[in-house]
Amino acid sequence: MTADTILASLQLSTPEIILAVGALALLMVGVFSGERSGTTVTGLAVALLIISGLWLVLATGEGQAYGGAFVSDPFAKFMKVLALIGSITAMVMTVGHARSEQLDRFEFPVLIVLSTLGMLLMISANSLLSLYLALELQSLALYVVAAINRDSLRSTEAGLKYFVLGALSSGMLLYGMSLVYGFTGHIGFQEIAAALTAEGRSLGLVFGLVFILAGLAFKISAVPFHMWTPDVYEGAPTPVTAFFAAAPKVAAMAMLVRIVIDAFEPVVADWQQVIVFIAIASMLLGAFAAIGQRNIKRLMAYSSIGHMGYALVGLAAGSMAGVRGVALYMLIYMVMTLGTFAIILAMRRKEGGNVEDINDLAGLSSTNPFMATVLTILMFSLAGIPPMAGFFAKYFVFMAAIEAHLYALAIIGVLASVVGAYYYLRIIKVMWFDEPTGEFARTAGELKLVFGLSGLFVVGYVLIGGPIGAAAEAAARTFF
Amino acid sequence: MTDWPILSAVTFLPLVGVALLLLTREDSPYGRRNILNVALLTTVFTFVLSLFIWIGFDNSNPGFQMVEKAEWLGTGISYHLGVDGISMLFVILSTFLMPFCVLASWHSVEKRLREYMIAFLLLEVFMVGVFVSLDIVLFYVFFEAGLIPMFIIIGVWGGKDRVYASYKFFLYTLLGSVLMLLAIMAMYWQAGTTDITELLAYNFPAHMQTWLWLAFFASFAVKMPMWPVHTWLPDAHVQAPTAGSVILAGVLLKLGGYGFIRFSLAMFPLASDYFAPFVFALSVIAIIYTSLVAMMQDDIKKLIAYSSVAHMGYVTMGIFAANAQGLQGAIFQMLSHGIVSGALFLCVGVVYDRLHTREIAAYGGLVNNMPKYAVAFMIFTMANVGLPGTSGFVGEFMTLIGVFRANTWVALFATTGVILSASYALWLYRRVIFGALEKESLKSLLDLDMREKLLLYPLLILTIFYGVYPAPVFDATAASVDALLNNYSAALQAAQSVALSAN
Repeated sequence: MTADTILASLQLSTPEIILAVGALALLMVGVFSGERSGTTVTGLAVALLIISGLWLVLATGEGQAYGGAFVSDPFAKFMKVLALIGSITAMVMTVGHARSEQLDRFEFPVLIVLSTLGMLLMISANSLLSLYLALELQSLALYVVAAINRDSLRSTEAGLKYFVLGALSSGMLLYGMSLVYGFTGHIGFQEIAAALTAEGRSLGLVFGLVFILAGLAFKISAVPFHMWTPDVYEGAPTPVTAFFAAAPKVAAMAMLVRIVIDAFEPVVADWQQVIVFIAIASMLLGAFAAIGQRNIKRLMAYSSIGHMGYALVGLAAGSMAGVRGVALYMLIYMVMTLGTFAIILAMRRKEGGNVEDINDLAGLSSTNPFMATVLTILMFSLAGIPPMAGFFAKYFVFMAAIEAHLYALAIIGVLASVVGAYYYLRIIKVMWFDEPTGEFARTAGELKLVFGLSGLFVVGYVLIGGPIGAAAEAAARTFF
Repeated sequence: MTDWPILSAVTFLPLVGVALLLLTREDSPYGRRNILNVALLTTVFTFVLSLFIWIGFDNSNPGFQMVEKAEWLGTGISYHLGVDGISMLFVILSTFLMPFCVLASWHSVEKRLREYMIAFLLLEVFMVGVFVSLDIVLFYVFFEAGLIPMFIIIGVWGGKDRVYASYKFFLYTLLGSVLMLLAIMAMYWQAGTTDITELLAYNFPAHMQTWLWLAFFASFAVKMPMWPVHTWLPDAHVQAPTAGSVILAGVLLKLGGYGFIRFSLAMFPLASDYFAPFVFALSVIAIIYTSLVAMMQDDIKKLIAYSSVAHMGYVTMGIFAANAQGLQGAIFQMLSHGIVSGALFLCVGVVYDRLHTREIAAYGGLVNNMPKYAVAFMIFTMANVGLPGTSGFVGEFMTLIGVFRANTWVALFATTGVILSASYALWLYRRVIFGALEKESLKSLLDLDMREKLLLYPLLILTIFYGVYPAPVFDATAASVDALLNNYSAALQAAQSVALSAN
């Protein structure tokens, strides 16, 4: 269905409009009630995201809007729900840390809402132009958020690094898009696909495709465009890192899936080899580079690089099973990451505030058994050991790869997961086998809630996996 | 008996114990007592319940019994349970050994008893789950999940080099298993199902069988463990606490043998036939080489660990001899080894609890002040050697007959293993038990107390009982083994006639 009146278009994009209008209203609230309004605005922002999410699930139809620039379909809905959950959870987790990390300014929640708006638009973007605009809206907000703690050298450095490299990748993306437009004459995804089917591919188009993939690979921090990730993860305030690790990854991955499956479906052989390469490189780098890390935030950065590689394994298959695998992978990855970051945020000493060294977790299983158990579950899940959810995430993407006869990719992938298991085991070892060095301060309730739920999901996936898998399958069916 | 889900009940009953343990506290002797009682009652109750599987089991039915099936994760993965003659006794073995593990840990586990018992109960869930799964993905989930509690058990309650041993155990087995996972996926796309009963009926193309067989081999050979990928086992055994060793030797090693029978032999007959000489070679090397290595150990546990590797060599040899004697013998050997090696580790635990060393040189002359212990240890040693009249003999003899029919030379070399095992086991026995009681530290040792008698005597009775009268086991396994072998030879014949008609 294509919306032909402006009213119908507005209807399809109501969740986004709610966020856009709401963000401006929140800005007004913040400005007029002065410096100390951070908490109020944060609460309102969470409410806003929830309203938008409810509207999305309950009252949004399906179809194309704004002359085909925007599309609302089951895949978009699935990914948008993930992005919203990621943003809401990350925002909830900032509450306890707002003061110490200078996140108590009202600009922070507003920026998060704006970047979430960008994500929703990215997921729904159905033409090169709307995709680029959405991506920039999201990225610009993220650059500022990374540097929000402006008195901290590390935070500003992270923000600057992210901005410079992000701008570079945006440039590449834009260059690729202009090449694609030049060689096909279209910016709409379906029109590009139709043109490619009719006329075949040209060398210029392949160049454009590669530039676009490079630009998008940067956004999901896939190798070889991953260099910013460890520095930004480490430098940004931890609540911000938690946010970076979850929702934006989901949105960028959704965007990548849509563009390669929708627009470049006729030239599958061309993008498949690129995706296979970056998947392998990400899995291997994620596994090997994480081994030497001492800082848990840096470790999670490399871990996220590796996980993006696994998700790309599903995409590389380019099939229904593959997209279902990616959708499921992003869901499970996001839950695991948010849970892990909730625990990292809870690593706070009575004196001296937050700590980030892996060895600070020593003996956690005797000082705080609940937190240790949840983190153990999450680590086994990230390593992909059954019966945790992380195993099923890997199972479905590798199954798609086997179906597509990408045996080398699958074998390298599972071997990399064994290497990866090593460093996840190290965290477990530190918590269970080592003697305690000190206790953490009492964990804030909201963090306990987040990591508790996350652990419950990861363990309980064996019980609730059926409906979730069905939802992911419905999302994937959009394209096939 | 089939109208209520007995297999699910047996598999997940230990979780009730876990839930109860979560409610207990460890900070007083009273609390400690509670934890031990809960764990013991849970495991005993699970064992008793599992006996109903055997009672309700129909020996004449070669197919799967007490089947339960439910939709699970979509894409054909189902929650499908059932037992046949091959798997049923392993379920009983797992549940049978668990109460002994709890008893063995009565005093020796001093810290974090609650977590320890939870880990063991979870391990029981996963072990039983492996044997009752009739869906290959479900099987894999249970198979791999068992690594988690074992990793924690070795790492937290193990000896000095526990960290190294636990890592080695985990990563070795994981590395083997992930290749099997890919093979499982390939089988799904080929056959369109993950259901074991349907996969057993499906004929995989010959070239594919080769690869699938190799992938499964990678996993089961490590788990078994076969030479040359056995090196994780001695480390894990030495470092693990007594109960951990019992489970490791008693049940976890059997997962590999069970997998070989259920998957490699039954699903890939052509590849199994093709690779049989390769397996024979590895088995014979394992039997001779690890027996020699065992002879030179100065750590009791390490010696028994190497002897386990040698005994598993008989099992793999018997399985791939692919005849009734070999296969029946392999299953019997696994069950018997589960009891005997478990008992041997318990025997080591008895003296380790008193002296806190496993050095052979630290002992000698125990027969003088621990006569009951000396008798028990002797019978288990004899069973380990394979003396007629003990259960160890039946398994070894059957596998040797089986392999003799398949390949006389292999049988010849494998039989030297019997002599070698006699030499290392008897030598160990002489050094620990006989001789003069000269060392000061040994003079005050007391003989078996009530708990230790409770640990060793039942196993002792079983060892002799099954050595004299192995029929109950063979009755249970015969029908399924015959059905498996009929399919096996039918598949080989079909392939041969295809090859002939092609010529």
